[in-house]
Amino acid sequence: MERRSARPAREIVVPGDLLDDGGMRSGNCTYARDGRIYAGVMGIKNVYQDTVSVIPLRGRYMPVTGDMVIGIVEDLGSSNWMVDIAAPYPAPLHVNEVPWKVEFGDTSRYLNLGNVVLLKILMVDESRKIQVTMKDAGLRKIEGGRLVEIQHTKVPRVIGKSGSMIQMIKNMTDCRVFVGQNGRIWVDGDEDNIAAATAAIGLIDREAQSENLTEKVKRLIEEKLPPRDGGASDEEGLQ
Amino acid sequence: MSGHTDMVLVDDAGMRIDGRRADEHRRVHIEAGVLNNADGSAYVEIGKNKVLAAVYGPRECHPRHLQDSNKAIIQCKYNMEAFSVSDRKRPGPDRRSIEISKIIAEALERVVLTELYPRASIDVYIEILQANAGTRCAGLTAASVALADAGIPMRDIVPAIAAGKADGHVLLDLNKEEDNYGQADVPLAIMPSTDEIVLLQMDGNMTREEFDHAVDMAFGACHEVYELQKEALKKRYSPGKGGDSDE
Repeated sequence: MERRSARPAREIVVPGDLLDDGGMRSGNCTYARDGRIYAGVMGIKNVYQDTVSVIPLRGRYMPVTGDMVIGIVEDLGSSNWMVDIAAPYPAPLHVNEVPWKVEFGDTSRYLNLGNVVLLKILMVDESRKIQVTMKDAGLRKIEGGRLVEIQHTKVPRVIGKSGSMIQMIKNMTDCRVFVGQNGRIWVDGDEDNIAAATAAIGLIDREAQSENLTEKVKRLIEEKLPPRDGGASDEEGLQ
Repeated sequence: MSGHTDMVLVDDAGMRIDGRRADEHRRVHIEAGVLNNADGSAYVEIGKNKVLAAVYGPRECHPRHLQDSNKAIIQCKYNMEAFSVSDRKRPGPDRRSIEISKIIAEALERVVLTELYPRASIDVYIEILQANAGTRCAGLTAASVALADAGIPMRDIVPAIAAGKADGHVLLDLNKEEDNYGQADVPLAIMPSTDEIVLLQMDGNMTREEFDHAVDMAFGACHEVYELQKEALKKRYSPGKGGDSDE
């Protein structure tokens, strides 16, 4: 597999910038006019094989089938809940899609306004109508911990290559962390640890484009949580 | 327009009262991402005009009957602060602000890929903090930077600038005095990649030749403003200077 080494030093493009006029294929967040490809959103130009695309820097989360997201219950119906998943549209969660047996009109016994839930996007149809489900492994109502919101475009940086960044945060802060694709992150653990993990996530959100992000995050957590005598000795010498 | 003055707006040497030549625009300053709670924002100064624009969305369209099942709608609100002009402006929407809100929304609708977000609404708020002629152009310039800053998919960024006629001379980017005592005002907004016109109005009288000359000058200036808009957007992400990633 060819590494994405073809990219010339991460060029930031804005809408309307000409990306290619020589027969490349139009990828994500681009549009073609008269055989030329233009950027359709502000982001980073990305060339992969014969396709040129733009990785957005900001923007609203657009749900994709299968995404794991964190939602906040906004409204109750007699057979469904309306959940805010930070998308342009509200997501209805039907009683058939929860792991409990809910009587008609009895929705408030299970989930109430302001409750936070882990969800999976079940379907997004042509007209962008969303359906979500809670019937899958690990999906549940969240209690305790803290909810952090970041730009959903930074989620891949929070996770890191094959989960390296998130694994490091989990290990160093001893927190339970769940990252929703919609940019909501749930962190649970001791108060100090949560504060450190939250600060680390904030740093990633602010400096996602910078070099040596892993190193910076590591330093930040070490500052916030000085290694105690027990347990953390393996992290010494990394000052 | 209409007013009369003994002031010499353009002197014999072709110099204007603020020291510009006929084809010079005022100093333009653009900053992106100035508001924390908005999805995208921009601050623009064109001469003494000071304009703040904020963008929210795409989000659920609130008055349900305005929803369009095929595309997103753009709701724009242009508002002049009571303190933005030398005589206190009576606050609230008036005929003029409603008209400007509408034309700016229509200009932006040409560039935003609204078909990606059916039933949604993209809300643009433009606040004129200080006015000195040409606020609709400054407002549109700010709004399009704010839209791009919000990460909203669009075909192009829209720069806007006015040209006009005062003291019998065709001038670029009229200031307050030239606008008040001049003969015509022609605001223009374009899509720089195709040179398509998205906003063109004319207030006052000009000959066909003067009009063509004014539009030509405004086109040139729009491209200059466009470069500044791009620079402002890119500047937001430059401190890290990009570089290679660590992952």
